[in-house]
Amino acid sequence: MTSKWWANENFWRKSAVWVTASMTLVLILLTFDTIPKISVGSERVPAYSVINQRIDYVFNKERNFQVPVIGQAQPLFGNTLNEEEAEALVTWGKKITQGRNCMNCHTLLGNGAYYAPDLTKAWLDPAWGDSSTRESMMVNFLMDPVSNYMNDSGRKMPNMNISEQEAQAIIAFLKWMSSIDTNGFPYNFKPIDQEG
Amino acid sequence: MLGVLDNNNLNGGQKLAVKYFSVAVILFVAQILFGLIAGMQFIMPDLFFNVLDFNVTRMVHINAMVVWLLMGFMGSIYWLLEDEAGVETVGLKLGNLAFWLLTSAVTVVVLVYLFIQVGPGDDFTRWFVNEGREYIEAPRWADIGIVVCMLIFFYNAAATFMKGRWSGISGVLILDLVALAGIYLAGMFYTTNISVDQFWWWWVIHLWVEATWEVLVGCIMAWGLIKLLGARRQIVTTWLYIEVALMFGSGILGLGHHYFWIGTPEYWLSIGGFFSALEPVPLVAMVVHSVYDSGAHKFKAANHPAMAWLIAHTFGNFFGAGVWGFMHTLPQINLYTHGTQWTASHGHLAFFGAYATIVIAVFYIAVQQWRGGVWMSGGLAGNGWKWKWALGLLNGGVLGMTMALLIAGYEQSFIERAIEGSTWQGYFVAQVHPWFIQGMNWRMVFGVVTAMGIVLLVWDLLTIGKGENRAKQEV
Repeated sequence: MTSKWWANENFWRKSAVWVTASMTLVLILLTFDTIPKISVGSERVPAYSVINQRIDYVFNKERNFQVPVIGQAQPLFGNTLNEEEAEALVTWGKKITQGRNCMNCHTLLGNGAYYAPDLTKAWLDPAWGDSSTRESMMVNFLMDPVSNYMNDSGRKMPNMNISEQEAQAIIAFLKWMSSIDTNGFPYNFKPIDQEG
Repeated sequence: MLGVLDNNNLNGGQKLAVKYFSVAVILFVAQILFGLIAGMQFIMPDLFFNVLDFNVTRMVHINAMVVWLLMGFMGSIYWLLEDEAGVETVGLKLGNLAFWLLTSAVTVVVLVYLFIQVGPGDDFTRWFVNEGREYIEAPRWADIGIVVCMLIFFYNAAATFMKGRWSGISGVLILDLVALAGIYLAGMFYTTNISVDQFWWWWVIHLWVEATWEVLVGCIMAWGLIKLLGARRQIVTTWLYIEVALMFGSGILGLGHHYFWIGTPEYWLSIGGFFSALEPVPLVAMVVHSVYDSGAHKFKAANHPAMAWLIAHTFGNFFGAGVWGFMHTLPQINLYTHGTQWTASHGHLAFFGAYATIVIAVFYIAVQQWRGGVWMSGGLAGNGWKWKWALGLLNGGVLGMTMALLIAGYEQSFIERAIEGSTWQGYFVAQVHPWFIQGMNWRMVFGVVTAMGIVLLVWDLLTIGKGENRAKQEV
């Protein structure tokens, strides 16, 4: 045993235990704080029925980045859903994206693979023309991506045998996801024209 | 007899370890094979279109990696268990059963990935085909199987140390395994809320690779330095404690760097940025530690290939996990790099540098003993050209891929993110840019270099020490 504290085995063993325990505790406390703030229906993660409304992604001066803004009624596929119906549709949509393994080509909230575009704000993407063409273009694309592909990289999304109902559920999930407050990610995004 | 592969040269735990190592090597080869196909699909998008699409090849590429590393770690623990505890492995029969269970489960999962691939959006798909969450795609039944096997593995390790003797290394190891197994449970549930989903998903991914796995390889490293250099136990144990303090001190809250953009509150930007920026510190400590110890022992090591791979591990860990992680960990830069090839660049160097390297080091320690404790220091047959070339090709290949992907990632960050504003069109503008295409081409070139390295590595592992009649160098 050496007398110097910085070379003392015992000192470092105790430090390792204390540091690990206190960091774990802090993480647990932060988790308790975070989970309610990201629960569905919170300020950051809106209720599923948000798919009945218009969603914009607008620059916020105070926070200095774009944030989702929930606007007037804009029912998805013309149907206004109650909370349960909206949850059921978004849930089905998310389960389809998992079952079709979308995340191993695309990113969602920036996480996944990098072979295809990020889906975080796919609902707001200008590739769908304007708000009058968006829904039908998205359904057509999901049902037959091979003949509707829109890039010149040579990369195509394979046909994942998505039915019209499944496509609508996926779009409901994407619309809901676009309403999540992601601290300005993706930055400098240029949203679709929703006035047209 | 020296120079002949013979199970009688191994103790009970080691006999099980070499089974794990054999499957690990097969999966390592599969990882590289599917990596080659996935890399090629960036260059030739029609390759295996509708047969083996990118989402399948990429999934097999990363899942094979996770499983072969996990099996490599489990094998490494079985390898050192009896030696470290001073008694025979407790419950070895059960351990063998777990090995066959795990291996069969992995085989079935891979076959389903390849031939069923996807399913409808229902619970059956998530339970029996594919969970569709990156890195932990394995269907739920396999998750449960993995947990059962991990519990048996944990029982083998903990019960053996309890029956025999404890050491600093085994104490850290067992506590780390508790955390490692417990964290896996955080990934085993479904929620529609994608923010909550990714919140817990990162507990598994981050707290494995940036915390518990790091401590686990720290234990293997400490044991390896004692075995290979004859380093003093007290010194390596003290270092191990320092590393644990620094690793968990930075890595646990460093988790916050995954909570910048998934819906979580803004305070994670500061917490995640600050603590993850400290994550390289323990990795610097490891470099100092291993290089100092090697120098202090004048590089007189019992197993030169293993020692070389341990040194490759410390540098790979420092550069891949530390430097490459630090480069994009602050939220100010991560806002532009998140979800680009920049992450892939970091992922390649970090997983290889921090983990593949040290498991390969243990492979060499294992074959040395399997052949009866043969000489593996200087003056090997053919001057040891095979292991040296395998070391060079694998490290050079991965480093080359890392640089190529980094350039592609820079280009994406500037063009797709900063200028184009991350729309679909912006994404494809960046994907067809010459800098990106060059990056993908060079990645492929270095992928082939890596593949040549693995061929040589497997050949070397099968032949090194064959017919050698000198006993290993004492340290």
